[in-house]
Amino acid sequence: MPKVTMRVNGREVSGEVEGRTLLVQFLREGLGLTGTHVGCDTSQCGACTVHVNGLQVKSCTTFALDVDGAEVTTIEGMANADGSLSVIQQAFQDHHGLQCGFCTPGMVMAAAALLKENPKPTEAQIRHHLEGNICRCTGYHNIVKAVLAASGQDVSAIAAE
Amino acid sequence: MYAFDFVKPKTLAEAVKALGAEDAQALGGGQTLIPTLKQRLAQPAVLVSLSGIAELKGVKAAGGSLTIGGGTSHATVAKEAKAYPALAALAANIGDPAVRSLGTIGGSIANNDPSADYPAAVLASGATVVTNTREIAADDFFQGMFTTALEPGEIITAVRFPVPEKANYQKFEQPASRFALVGVFVAKYAAGVRVAVTGASTEGVFRWTEAEKALSANFAASAVAGLAVPGGEMIADIHGSAAYRAHLIKVLTGRAVAAAG
Repeated sequence: MPKVTMRVNGREVSGEVEGRTLLVQFLREGLGLTGTHVGCDTSQCGACTVHVNGLQVKSCTTFALDVDGAEVTTIEGMANADGSLSVIQQAFQDHHGLQCGFCTPGMVMAAAALLKENPKPTEAQIRHHLEGNICRCTGYHNIVKAVLAASGQDVSAIAAE
Repeated sequence: MYAFDFVKPKTLAEAVKALGAEDAQALGGGQTLIPTLKQRLAQPAVLVSLSGIAELKGVKAAGGSLTIGGGTSHATVAKEAKAYPALAALAANIGDPAVRSLGTIGGSIANNDPSADYPAAVLASGATVVTNTREIAADDFFQGMFTTALEPGEIITAVRFPVPEKANYQKFEQPASRFALVGVFVAKYAAGVRVAVTGASTEGVFRWTEAEKALSANFAASAVAGLAVPGGEMIADIHGSAAYRAHLIKVLTGRAVAAAG
């Protein structure tokens, strides 16, 4: 079988995969990084969102061999070096930006990609950016609030609906 | 998915050679093809990824035209197609951010989904589709739903857009899929106005020639108000009837003209 090599969360990893092995399968089953979730497996829900060379992608709609040699970041690579939660993760906790938590890894990765491009997004920009991430608890209000808070903006005006 | 061999050439020449194999299939960003493979609706023996070919990527403006490499992602077009703002705006609103990171213009138009955004821009702009073997005018390229002039193994290397004086794309979005329920691209050139419609017809993207004539004489939203809705067989599904889609074409054309200014 072909061999694939990539850097995942700063660590050089490699493994044997099939042509049809998806990136998310390699991450979860090959590397045991089960923080990246498979929700729909049809590229609708965004639970499998990771970063490849800094770009937000759905790892269920990317082949492992197509990202050979790439730099990949998953939810496991988001915490600070000392193990404490990153600003975005902490904001999700502080603002109750999750209910069941299944979509949260994808939401955090999508939010991180947004804030890198646009450090002070408006609420509308956040909602537009999160269009590819579905929360079946329909907890969008607090997710948007958490992303706004993570960008350092005041969220006191946003009512708790 | 059925099993296949995966190859990732570094040059166009290697890709052309790899696609010469029996049942070989080109892979662009994979945002349509991978879901198709998962459903076992396609069974290639070899998948030839085009994502490692540097010569297929990039946006270049020169001499009144904008040339976009076939392997350029929607996100890159959104950022770099400054010479053609209506096209950049269209690219910025395809799918979602993850789709825009990987999906490519070449992949989109080679697939020619009847509800995709790019075919409307390519046809309304009278763009030229450049492949590894020839150049194809947009009017000849799109040949009906999921059908194009491409030969097996032919690779779209670039799309060359003449930059219009004014243009705008109006997309009435199906909110779950984020495809166009109906999308209308209006482009005004010195030689006249072109109007292309996606999402509506069972024949795929098409030009609304009556609106083109009316708008070439008078580039104002009011110029299309008196026209009958376009004929031809419209798509009808749970999201909208044929009559609803036909009505939307007229409404969106007026909005596009107004927004183009």
